[in-house]
Amino acid sequence: MSISQDRIRNFCIIAHIDHGKSTLADRLLELTGTLTEREMQEQVLDTMELEKERGITIKMQAVRLIYKDKEGQEYMLNIIDTPGHVDFAYEVSRSLAACEGALLVVDASQGIEAQTLANVYMALEHDLEIIPVINKIDLPSAEPDRVKQEIEDVIGLDTSDAVLASAKTGQGVEEILEQIVKKIPPPGGNTNDSLRALIFDSHYDSYKGVIPYLRVIDGTIKKGMKIRMMATGAEFEVTEVGVFCPAPVITDELKAGEVGFIAASIKNIKDCRVGDTVTDADRPADKPLPGYKKVTPMVFCGLYPVDNADYDDLRDALDKLSLNDASLVYEPETSDALGFGFRCGFLGLLHMEIIQERLEREYNLNIITTAPSVVYHAYTTDGEMVKVENPSKMPEPSKIDHIEEPFVQATIMVPKDYVGSVMELCQERRGTFKNMEYMSITRVMLTYDLPLSEIVFDFFDQLKSSTRGYASLDYEMKGYQPSDLVKMDILVNGEPMDALSCITHRDKAYYRGRALVKKMRQLIPRHHFEIPIQAAIGNKIIARETVKALRKDVLAKCYGGDVTRKRKLLEKQKEGKKRMKQVGNVEVPQEAFMAVLSVDNDE
Amino acid sequence: MQIGLYIHVPFCLNKCRYCDFVSYNYNPDDARVYLEALEREMMYYSAYLANLGFKVNTVFIGGGTPTVLETGLLAKLLISARSYFCWSEETEVTMEANPGTINKHKLRTIRELGVNRLSIGIQACQEKLLQTLGRVHDYQLALEGIYAAREAGFKNLNVDLIFGIPGQSLNQWRESLYKIENLQPEHLACYSLQLEEGTPLWVAVESGELDPVSEEMELEMYNEVINFLTARGYQHYEISNFAKPGFRCRHNLGYWHNYYYLGLGPAAHSHMNMERWYNIKDIKKYAVQTMKGSLPVAERHTLTKRDVMVETILMGLRLTSGLDLAGFYKRFGQKVTDVWPREINKLINRGLLELTSTNLKLTEKGLRLGNQAFVEFV
Repeated sequence: MSISQDRIRNFCIIAHIDHGKSTLADRLLELTGTLTEREMQEQVLDTMELEKERGITIKMQAVRLIYKDKEGQEYMLNIIDTPGHVDFAYEVSRSLAACEGALLVVDASQGIEAQTLANVYMALEHDLEIIPVINKIDLPSAEPDRVKQEIEDVIGLDTSDAVLASAKTGQGVEEILEQIVKKIPPPGGNTNDSLRALIFDSHYDSYKGVIPYLRVIDGTIKKGMKIRMMATGAEFEVTEVGVFCPAPVITDELKAGEVGFIAASIKNIKDCRVGDTVTDADRPADKPLPGYKKVTPMVFCGLYPVDNADYDDLRDALDKLSLNDASLVYEPETSDALGFGFRCGFLGLLHMEIIQERLEREYNLNIITTAPSVVYHAYTTDGEMVKVENPSKMPEPSKIDHIEEPFVQATIMVPKDYVGSVMELCQERRGTFKNMEYMSITRVMLTYDLPLSEIVFDFFDQLKSSTRGYASLDYEMKGYQPSDLVKMDILVNGEPMDALSCITHRDKAYYRGRALVKKMRQLIPRHHFEIPIQAAIGNKIIARETVKALRKDVLAKCYGGDVTRKRKLLEKQKEGKKRMKQVGNVEVPQEAFMAVLSVDNDE
Repeated sequence: MQIGLYIHVPFCLNKCRYCDFVSYNYNPDDARVYLEALEREMMYYSAYLANLGFKVNTVFIGGGTPTVLETGLLAKLLISARSYFCWSEETEVTMEANPGTINKHKLRTIRELGVNRLSIGIQACQEKLLQTLGRVHDYQLALEGIYAAREAGFKNLNVDLIFGIPGQSLNQWRESLYKIENLQPEHLACYSLQLEEGTPLWVAVESGELDPVSEEMELEMYNEVINFLTARGYQHYEISNFAKPGFRCRHNLGYWHNYYYLGLGPAAHSHMNMERWYNIKDIKKYAVQTMKGSLPVAERHTLTKRDVMVETILMGLRLTSGLDLAGFYKRFGQKVTDVWPREINKLINRGLLELTSTNLKLTEKGLRLGNQAFVEFV
C-alpha cells in the first residue's frame, strides 16, 4: 500500500467519558471499511477486558484506516486513542505528541467537561489542529447551539464549521472524515533522513518480546534493519514491521509520518522505554526527539503478595505492567505486618485499582493492597526534610517540627443548581475557595485549593454522587503547604500494624479513628480468641473496638454421605481465607487494609 | 476386607422442618416399587462384593424413617438383605425408628429378623420444641416407643436428641437429658441443630419468625451434655456421640475411620477402592434405572491419595481419641505430621490440636471449634 506522506493524517480523539468517543471510533472504522459491520464488535478500540467492563479507555491504541474522500483520493488515517479519565492525563499527552490533529468530541446535551478542557489546552500547546464535533445530536435533550457557544466562550475555538454528529446513528461521520482530510495537516519529516521514531506505547508478547508502538518522525524503518534505542543505547534487529487495522498486519516498512509497531526480539523490558527515540544503528540521528517528561505519581500504596512465595511473580508482573504504563513506579519495601512487597506510585486511585485488578486477573496473583497515601514532607527538629510515601515511615512526633502536604488547584464545572453541594463537599475536604466563574447561564466553574490527600481517594466519586453525575473535575499540582497532620496507628490484638497506619488532619483524627476501628471490627472475622482493635496517636489510644471470640463452630453431624458435601463447605471457607493475610495470630482480609478509604462515606 | 452396608429408606410420615435428607411422604405403592428396585440393587452388589472379597460387618438401615414401612415390607427388606449379604449374629445391625411408626409387634419382628440395635429419634422432651422441629409425635409417644423397644428385646438402644432449637432454654435441655438418661439408653447422639439452607426451619429463622439460639447458649448446652453424660458413665467418643462402654456404634466408627461402605437405595453414598459415588435421588428414576438392569449411580468420583488422606484426617479428628498415627502411616506410608507439618504446628500453637505419642486429636477447645481445625487440612 503506497500512500504518499502528504496524504497521511494522524489524529486523536479528545472526549469526556461517555461523550461517545469509542462509539465514534467504531463508526470511523466501519465507514472506512476497515471493519465491516459484521466484524464490528462493540467498541473495538477498548480491547482490555477491564476497559469494556468499566466502559473507559485506559490504554491507547493506534489504528490505521484507509479513507477515500469525495474526490476519490485515498488517505491513510491513523487514530491514536486516548484515555478520558482524570487519572490518565499523562497518557493523553503521550498520544498528542504522535498526532497533528485532534477531534474534540463534546456531548450535545452535557457540554464541555473539566477534563476535556484540560486536554484541549494540552492539544493547543502541541499545536494540534482541532476539529470540534458536537456528538449525540440525536438525543431529545441535545442543545448543539448552546454547546457551540460554550466551546467558543470557554476555549475560544471557532465553531462555525463544527460537525453535528451522532456516532450512534452515523450522522455526520462522513463529514468528520472530510474535515480530517481537509483541515489536519500532513505530518512533516523526511523519509530520507536518519531514522527517528517516537515510542509512544508498547506491550509485551510472550513470543516476540516487547512490541513498541512507533510514530516515525523522520526516515524509514523496515525489517532486517539494525536499530538503536537512543536513551538506553540498546541495539536490536527489526524482525517485523506492522500496523494495526485494527488487528496487527505485517507491512514492509513504516515511513516518516506513519504509525505502527515493530518487533525486534526485545527481551528485556527495561531496554525499551516509552518516550525513547528509535534510530538507525548504522546511520544514527544526531539528537533524540523531545521525550516525555517523567510523570510524578500522586498516590502511593503498598502491594504485597498474600503468599510470600509469590514475591518474585509479583515483581515480574509489575515489570511487565510498567512496560506500557510508564506512570507506574515501584520499589521494594518491607512491612512488619505484611512481609516483602512493593511501594507503588500511581496517577490516581482509579489507576491503582486497575493495576490491582490486572495483577489479579492477568497474572493470577493474590495481593494485598494497603490504603493509598500521598507524599508528605516532614520537617524534623534538626531542620531536615523527610519525604514520607508510607505513613508508617513518618518520624516520631517528638522529632517533627512540622509537616507539609501537597495541594492542588481543582477546577470543577457544574450546573449552578449543584454549586451548594459542591462547595459543601470542598469545605468538608479542607478546601479553600478561590474563584467562581459563569461559563454560561446555567454552568459554573469553581476553583478550589484542596489537599491532594483529600481528593485522590474518593473525592471524584463523592463529587459525582452529590451532583447526580453532572460535575467534572480537573486538577493540577500547586506545591506543598504546612498542615496540622498526625499519624494514626492501628493496633490489632495489641500489635501496631504498620500497613494500616495513616496520616490524617488532627481535627479529623478522632472521628476517623472511631470510624476506622468500627469498620475493622466488621471486617476482621471472628477468631477463637478476642481481638481488640485500637486506634492510637503516638501512645494515646483514641478508639477501641473488640472482635468477639468465636466460641463454637463445629459440624455436629458428619456421616458417610456428608463427607463430600461437608468437605466442599470447608473448601469454600478455605477459599475465603486465601484473600486474608496472616498477621501475627490474626487473619486480616484485604478489605481491612483499605478500610481507611471508606470510613468517610459510611456515616 | 470388612465393609459397612447402608440401606436408605426414603420415606417418612411427614418430613421434619429441619431435615434436608432425601425423603418422601410414605405411600404403600411407592414403597413396593422402591423395595423391588432395592432388592435388584442388592443382587448386583452382593455379586460385586463377593468378587472383591469384601464382607459386610455392620449394617445400618436409615432414612427417612425405615419403620414407616409396614411390618410385612420391613420383613421382606431384612430377609433379602440378610440373604444377599450373609450377615451373622455378630454383625451390628442398626435400624432407625421414629415414635409413631413403631409398635411391639413390628419391633419384635425386626428384632427376630436380625436387627440388634435400634436408633430412636426423640430429639426433645417438650411439646413446644417438638412442634418447632415438625416432629409427628409427642413426648408420650416417644416414651412408649422406648418401652416397646425394650419389651421387644432390644439391648442396644440409641436415642437422638437435638439442642440449640429456636426457643429452647438451657433448663429445657437439662430436662431432656435428665429424662432420657433415666431410661438408660446404651447410646446417645446429641446434635446441635444445623439449619440447612432451604428447610422450613431455616426459612422461619431467616425471615425472623423464630429467633436462633445464640452461639453462647449453644456452647453452654454442649458443655452441659458432655458434663452430664460423662458424669453418668457415658463415654464421649465423637463430637456428638456418647456410649456406655462396649456400645459405641461400630457402623458409624467405620465412617469416622474413613473405611469402606456400600450405600443402597436412592441418594445413598458409597466409598470403596479410591472411589466415592452416590445414587440417583429421585425415587422413580432410581427404580426405573435399577429395573432396567443398570446401576442407579448419579455421580462417581475417583479419589486421589491426597483426597483419601484429607478425608481420613477430617473424619478421624471427629473422634475424641483422634486420628491413630500408626494407622495413618500404615495406610498411606506417610506420617500425618509430614503431610501437614505447618498446619498441625499452627493448630497446636493455637490450642486446638494435641499430639500424643499415639494420636493426633482435638483439644477440649478444639472439639468446640472443630471447623477452624478442619479447614486447615482441605
